[in-house]
Amino acid sequence: MNPWLQHLPSLPIVVPLAAGAAMLLVGESRRAPRMVLALVATLVQLAAAITLLCLTTDSVPGIWPEGIGVYAIGGWPAPFGIVLVVDRLSALMITLNAALALPVLVYSFARWDRLGVHYHALLQFLLMGLNGAFLTGDLFNLFVFFEVLLAASYALLVHGGGTPRVKAALHFIVVNLAASFAFLIGVAMIYGAVGTLNMADIADRWPALQGGDRGIAEAGLAILGIAFLVKAGSWPLNFWLPAAYAAAGAPVAAVFSITTKVGVYAILRMASLLEDPVAPFGGPWLFYGAIATMVFGIVGILAARQLPRLIAFTVILSAGTLLAAIGLGAPGMIAPALFYLLGSVLATGAFFMLTGMTERMRTAVPETADSAAAQPATYEAFSVGEPPDLHAADDEVGVAIPAALAFLGLAFVCCALLVTGLPPLAGFIAKLALLSATFDVLSVGGAHPRAWLLIGALLAGGLAGLIALSRIGMRLFWSVTGRTTPRLRIIEAGPVAFLVLLCIALTVAAGPTMTYLDSAARTLREPQTYIRAVLPDARQPVP
Amino acid sequence: MEIVFALAIGVLTASGTWLLLRPRTFQVIMGLALLSYAVNLFIFGMGRLVIDKPSIIGADNATDPALYADPVPQALVLTAIVIGFGTTALFLVVLLALRGLTGTDHVDGHEDDA
Repeated sequence: MNPWLQHLPSLPIVVPLAAGAAMLLVGESRRAPRMVLALVATLVQLAAAITLLCLTTDSVPGIWPEGIGVYAIGGWPAPFGIVLVVDRLSALMITLNAALALPVLVYSFARWDRLGVHYHALLQFLLMGLNGAFLTGDLFNLFVFFEVLLAASYALLVHGGGTPRVKAALHFIVVNLAASFAFLIGVAMIYGAVGTLNMADIADRWPALQGGDRGIAEAGLAILGIAFLVKAGSWPLNFWLPAAYAAAGAPVAAVFSITTKVGVYAILRMASLLEDPVAPFGGPWLFYGAIATMVFGIVGILAARQLPRLIAFTVILSAGTLLAAIGLGAPGMIAPALFYLLGSVLATGAFFMLTGMTERMRTAVPETADSAAAQPATYEAFSVGEPPDLHAADDEVGVAIPAALAFLGLAFVCCALLVTGLPPLAGFIAKLALLSATFDVLSVGGAHPRAWLLIGALLAGGLAGLIALSRIGMRLFWSVTGRTTPRLRIIEAGPVAFLVLLCIALTVAAGPTMTYLDSAARTLREPQTYIRAVLPDARQPVP
Repeated sequence: MEIVFALAIGVLTASGTWLLLRPRTFQVIMGLALLSYAVNLFIFGMGRLVIDKPSIIGADNATDPALYADPVPQALVLTAIVIGFGTTALFLVVLLALRGLTGTDHVDGHEDDA
């Protein structure tokens, strides 16, 4: 193995950190160097993520046994130092992250990055937090990366200014700070009882815990689960989510569609590692909470009157679907759930960016009015000179694409099909796989009212999405009063098209993708492989 | 010592939670600050409370862990303090921005008419 290749797992964290820090040194008035830096950093992350994805497949044998790569930061061995662990699930998540970040970045070049200061640096820090949370093998380090991504997301949420954003951000920050305190309490209790923070080490020692230590560790794990569920947007801990996502700027909301999935990832990771975990990681609590989340999402979708708010509720619905699939506790559900995760993150990302363009078509003077009002204060406060004239910026440069309205309509239909899970796109395959896996659970035997509940909620979610989206679509595209055809620039339309094409590629390549996801789910089913990869001299499983 | 420590954490948590649920942004930020003190003390307490013991293992001494204080919670609490401090400062900025934009210090940006 190439000696440089072994440092590859640290790249998705180091590159955005270095790029973001370097951008702070470049003056705010010099836009081109920061754009180049951001683009290069994101491309490097995408390349590193894809390489990691390839290394974890079975096609490259010998480098990482069982597809699990361990990188000890600073060379300190596992239980003492912090390790980064790349398994198939982590590699998948960071690839998804980079694949979403690239179009979001290009989209924001159009005008979003000029609405405030330090947009690109904050975006890189957000990516760093996400990548770190997906890669780390240490519970406290997971907390640190959660905080990195949250701190960046607080600042990105108010990017562009305006009362609705600041108000939503205030609630968002309070809820997430309280959740972070719960996270810390959970971590401290687990450390106090188990005596380690390394996830593999915790999983290794978990079955041997007895008496009072067991009680404290289980209570700590439950509190930790509450914190994860807040981030994942599970009912009744998700009332902050619709307002925050609907208020955020289009590219920010698009990248937020993956931040809730960090909570889902953390729950899946801990649930798969621990033997016989407590609620909410195991047992019926996660499942019923997830069904309630889906119902909340369905009601919200039907009630929402603005497109961004509706999409925010589809984010809740998808989080509920994922948690319900995990909570059902059947091994066959994980791979379809991961496929659903891929499709839903890409689709909601594209959808949020699309709203940034459809907003402009309803009124002649779009949200630039709001941003222009808020902008001078920001620019004055940071004393970065004259704010750029946004009205001029909208007219100038960039190649406008022809048939803008046709493009918007087509993209809207594709996104609606993806989100509701109708044929022929990836959303349908994901839902079909989830349903067929649920029927497998039913056929294996045992009375499973839970499986029927999941089937009902899945179908109801699709129906509600269809009703609400066709209603909003008709109002947007067919009611012609006071509509202006917006000028769409290629760098705005391109990213949406890219994400939709990615979803179509996912549909075409569903077979190979499912094979990979099946192997990812197999790794998750065998926590001993993970534990022995991190701690080579771990306790052998008791037969 | 344990009783006093536990009481301190309990009082801080209770006051913090109560303040967090109040409608004024200033009360909320005070609540967050008190909660973060409670959490930091809690993390510290999870390393077991000991007095007059070093947290760094000397080369000459025996390696009996009972002779030392647990250094890990001390490192964790340092990280937690820094992060809590940073995010609370960020919250302060958002709080002031909302005050400036809406002219009220209610968390919802408008007074309750009830």
